[in-house]
Amino acid sequence: MPNNRIRDAIIALSGLVISLGSIYLFATSFTGGSVYFPFPFEPTAQVMFVIEMAIALLLLYLGIKFKQYLAVLLVLVQTAITLYFEMTMAGGLEPVKNLFIDEFSIIMALIIGIIGSLIAVYATSYMNTYHEHHPEVRDRRKMFFFVVFVFLAAMFGLVFSNNLLWVFFFWEITTLSSFLLIGYSETEEATNNAFLALKLNLLGGIAFAASFLYLASVDPAGGLFELDALIASGQSVAIIPAVLICFAGLTKAAQMPFSGWLVGAMVAPTPVSALLHSSTMVKAGVYIIVRFAPVLLGTLAGVAFGMVGAVTFLLASAIAISQTNAKKVLAYSTIANLGLIVACASVGTPELVWAAIMLIIFHAVAKSLLFLCVGTVEHRTGSRDIEDMDGLIVKFPKIAVMIAIGIAGMFLAPFGMLISKWAAIEGFIDAPFGIVFVTILAFGSAVTVFFWAKWMGKILAVTPFGENLEGTVSRGKWVVLSSLAALTVLAALLFPLVSSVLIEPYVLGVYGETARLAQDNIIIMLLMVLLLLFLPLSLYTSSKESRKLPVYMGGRSTTPDLKFAGSLGIQREMTTRNYYFEEYFGEKKLLRWGNPVCILLILVAAALVAWGMSQGVIL
Amino acid sequence: MTSIITAIVFLILAPLLGGLIAGIDRKVTARMQGRVGPPVLQPFYDVAKLFEKEDVTVTPSQNLYILAYLVFMAVSGAYFFAGGDFLLVIFAFTLAHIFIVLGAYAAYSPYSYIGAERELITLMAYEPMVILTAVGLYMVTGSFYISDIATSTVPAILYLPGVFLGFLTILTIKLRKSPFDISTSHHAHQELVKGLTTEFAGPVLGKIEIAHWYETVVLLGMIYLFFGFNPVLAVVVIALAYLLEIFIDNTFSRMKWQWTMKSGWGVAAILGFLNLVIVYYYYVGV
Repeated sequence: MPNNRIRDAIIALSGLVISLGSIYLFATSFTGGSVYFPFPFEPTAQVMFVIEMAIALLLLYLGIKFKQYLAVLLVLVQTAITLYFEMTMAGGLEPVKNLFIDEFSIIMALIIGIIGSLIAVYATSYMNTYHEHHPEVRDRRKMFFFVVFVFLAAMFGLVFSNNLLWVFFFWEITTLSSFLLIGYSETEEATNNAFLALKLNLLGGIAFAASFLYLASVDPAGGLFELDALIASGQSVAIIPAVLICFAGLTKAAQMPFSGWLVGAMVAPTPVSALLHSSTMVKAGVYIIVRFAPVLLGTLAGVAFGMVGAVTFLLASAIAISQTNAKKVLAYSTIANLGLIVACASVGTPELVWAAIMLIIFHAVAKSLLFLCVGTVEHRTGSRDIEDMDGLIVKFPKIAVMIAIGIAGMFLAPFGMLISKWAAIEGFIDAPFGIVFVTILAFGSAVTVFFWAKWMGKILAVTPFGENLEGTVSRGKWVVLSSLAALTVLAALLFPLVSSVLIEPYVLGVYGETARLAQDNIIIMLLMVLLLLFLPLSLYTSSKESRKLPVYMGGRSTTPDLKFAGSLGIQREMTTRNYYFEEYFGEKKLLRWGNPVCILLILVAAALVAWGMSQGVIL
Repeated sequence: MTSIITAIVFLILAPLLGGLIAGIDRKVTARMQGRVGPPVLQPFYDVAKLFEKEDVTVTPSQNLYILAYLVFMAVSGAYFFAGGDFLLVIFAFTLAHIFIVLGAYAAYSPYSYIGAERELITLMAYEPMVILTAVGLYMVTGSFYISDIATSTVPAILYLPGVFLGFLTILTIKLRKSPFDISTSHHAHQELVKGLTTEFAGPVLGKIEIAHWYETVVLLGMIYLFFGFNPVLAVVVIALAYLLEIFIDNTFSRMKWQWTMKSGWGVAAILGFLNLVIVYYYYVGV
């Protein structure tokens, strides 16, 4: 136990250092535009190569041990590509500008640094309880926290690397980290889901690696391995690697048909889910697509990828309606939001890139808050089912309010996601095939309102029974949860600032023009946030004198805990249930549509690029 | 782009106008049913009486939600009449609606709970068409600002007949008129008691009524946008459209929620989307 306490202290301290570090980076560098650092390529690249091979061996070992031969095959293919590349093509490479920062990296660094650390700190106390509740799970917390920090480190590496080979290296580390974390409990289900995540991400990894073969054959000097040079090289050169790498982005961002891994990842301890959803893994996927947005802009391949995102947004939102498990609702809403980000980034106009980055920020804050709140509730009540969350406002008033803030952050007007959705609608209208995108967005956003609002209603229902259980939640968790709740509200208040300081300069730097929301709209939005914040005050003034009555039960005689006299003298209990519409929005039913459609769209994108290349045009 | 004066005028006059419309609605309805009906000012008497009644609640928090409902309904309506961004108006309306739904949930009562769930279904049913309406008007007039759309000389209705029909359909849903009054049973029918509003009484119910008046005025204002090129015609169409709604209200019995969903989404997908595609390719050009 004292050992735990030391570890927890170290983690809290590291978390603090990392958060402060990212804030310091922001404070010192946000005015600098893109800055490149000629970090030496060798011997770094050799070290990375050795680590990559070690990872491959580890995965081969695990794959054979657990008889996951498809994973073994994929590892072999990817390793073969990497080896071939290293042996025959990498010799002459000497990229100079290997590291860089720009406004977008800073945004990502803030998300990874602050939210990632908060989750790590939360995890210390969560994992203590987790092992009390699950004595059958082997205590591998040393490994757990080690991997969590490796994961964060890899994310930093990923967003600061200008050298594609390095991006790929960190990319693979995030795949490995999520694989290890998903399989933490070592149950059969966890292991299978970990391998599912591995396999799907390896598919992306293979595409990523394949882009190197193309790049090296086009430019043996290796200048194109610099991300900025590649993006600036124009579509005729960059479209093939862009499509390959963005395909990898689709797998990592859990777009259909690859969405299964993120849902499966729910078996991991809740902080892992929070980490995967808000500050690491899936954000790497959308990060890379946003980077390549200028290359995809105006191409049919970009539109096809965008349509994958849009279809994913619509169907994943619809599936979320049919889920009663809170974590699965969160998972599908993440997939949906990533879909929206992918749709924006792939179509790639300045307005849409602005919206995509806003979505990334708001989603990171609100989703981490929601996951950690659900994790806390689950530990205290033993259930993560939404149907068991009746009267959460009575049992866990503060947490219920935080969940409500998080949910509001995901879909209500003055809050973040909605601002971005709105910007996305405005952005899509003027984009190619805009009407199709806008229509999908209109339906998707209506569906979103339904599943969030009914959950919100469930937790805010004031039951006449139930007692406050909140005292049992540890202080460390409170600190993390309140910080995230504050961040969600702050993000809504400060988004104009974030936009003008970071996002607009980035978009301007990439496109030479920028995008923003109209000023008077921003003022109205801020007024709305303030109005919302002041509303609870009226509780103290107005309704003191109102008389309380029992609910209307059709004239039945009712006990205070809502048991009523049914027919034939039987006492029945009043219960309420949300609608889930399994028959319309069932998971299997919609995936049966979504997966083939998205596979088809990806094939179309590939075919368009291939055919276009053979004809010497870009489609 | 936005005008504070029209916003203030709206805040003051809309409840009067909305109440009057409700009164006329009741009168016309009564005549359709062969009754004399209450005086046109009856809704005002009703609301005044509600405010004299005792303030009773199941849980105090529901009053807060209803206050928020009224405030945001008024604010978003004011923003509409101030000439603001149509999309923002739509989203602010959604926010207002979520508050009344939360108020109904908060009471933890079987009737209001089901009413709340059904209200969300109707919300989900009409939202796509509302957004497509805004998008259609943008495509035709080149702006999302109500002030630009309303003063545009483009005869939007000629380009957007499908969107307009779609909007009329969801107007029935939004006004909670039969056959789509699944969440409130506004004729106080048997099925759901008063659904969403079962647990509200006295002044709080009065606030809901006033919010509804605000909303009616804004919804009719949205019809104006299709005819902004000719204000006289616009007013005539608004009157006819409302009469049509009353007629529908009195000729159809309540449908199941499935039908509400299918109607809302169907018109959005067929009338709305097809109309927009045609406008996109033939008028705006690619």
